[in-house]
Amino acid sequence: MACELWTENLDAYFDGELPADEARAFNEHLRQCATCAAEGLRRVQQKRAVQAVGQRFTPNPAFRASIQKSIAAPRQSPWGWRWLPVFLSATAATLLIASAFLLNLQHDRRSEQQLLSELVDQHVATLASANPVDVVSSDRHTVKPWFQGKIPFTFNVPELQDSPFVLVGGRVAYVSQSPGAELIFRVRQHQMSVFIFQERGLREARENEAVRTALSFQVRTWRHNGLRYFVIGDASAQDLDKLSELIKAAG
Amino acid sequence: MPLFERLYNFAHWLTQDREEAEDLVQETYAKALKGFSSFQPGTNFRAWIYQILRNTFLTSRTGLKSTATVPLDLGGDDETVPAANDTPESILLQRSDQQLVQEALGRLPVPYREVLLLCEFEEMSYQEISTTLAVPVGTVMSRLSRARRALRDTVQELRGNKGT
Ligand SMILES: [Zn+2]
Repeated sequence: MACELWTENLDAYFDGELPADEARAFNEHLRQCATCAAEGLRRVQQKRAVQAVGQRFTPNPAFRASIQKSIAAPRQSPWGWRWLPVFLSATAATLLIASAFLLNLQHDRRSEQQLLSELVDQHVATLASANPVDVVSSDRHTVKPWFQGKIPFTFNVPELQDSPFVLVGGRVAYVSQSPGAELIFRVRQHQMSVFIFQERGLREARENEAVRTALSFQVRTWRHNGLRYFVIGDASAQDLDKLSELIKAAG
Repeated sequence: MPLFERLYNFAHWLTQDREEAEDLVQETYAKALKGFSSFQPGTNFRAWIYQILRNTFLTSRTGLKSTATVPLDLGGDDETVPAANDTPESILLQRSDQQLVQEALGRLPVPYREVLLLCEFEEMSYQEISTTLAVPVGTVMSRLSRARRALRDTVQELRGNKGT
């Protein structure tokens, strides 16, 4: 019985850290092995318990206000004053990084980058917004028809089953006055925006399929059937690639 | 939950004291703002700011005390703990055990407590934890495995004390 080999990997498996093929093999084994299944159940329970009790301490309102004040004060650095107040209220990571991205753009203002910066801005606005989506649904069959009549084209929402991604919802986005779709996905703690626009609405933006790292934001972009796609987020490069593949597969 | 609240929660778990947690978060924010230019674009922001918080904690009085009393590599950080042989019935957590888990987590040595919170609660990947704690991924895995074992032992101990 080679269970020792499997038990060694129990943690990695339930932490989602096993490579896909090993995870599949492990999954098979779990179905057949009561020992590993019981040990796995125990570990998952403990994991959940820690997750549940982990949220325990809430900052005092007075302390929150004092921090807010200290970082909202105007600063010398050009990125400071504009973004820091929002720092508290949303995913700070993406906000600060977005500001760095915007700052960088001042040195190098080509139209494609301008377009990307606009989209990053919108992605950031989505993160910061209290109501980030206009249609709240994880069901792609709800989200797709919702866009009908609101944007001048249709597109397919990818199948997310067996993927780590969750569809949060969608909203109408605008670039140079032309409407497009923004889909919001979540993976782990990260949120990603997928923008889809008609190519002719983006005439000035000429770019081929590209992999870019807009400073800390990962961006994937490609064109298909007269549409331009942009995937933006601070998730890992692999996650962006995976989501891009799913969307491409959906056609 | 916004990052500020997460940072505060983590700080309070580390310091076990509201006032110290506030100082810690305040200092972390000050350092992060000042040092933002040292943040490497393309690297993980969350790991970066947690790293600042943790380093700040480790050099604080409470932090120094916590690491002075507990050797960081609590018995060979490099091997994983062998799987336990308990019967499943004796070890499954009851719903009422949540209280015990919370108490046990607070009693764990800081290196165990923090790695558990980063993994289970913050849902960081091994890679992110490795960056945050500035240790290799292999060490993250072995420390996690020990921390989980320690938590479980502590819960059982507490449960025994309460006579159930
Ligand atoms: Zn087995």
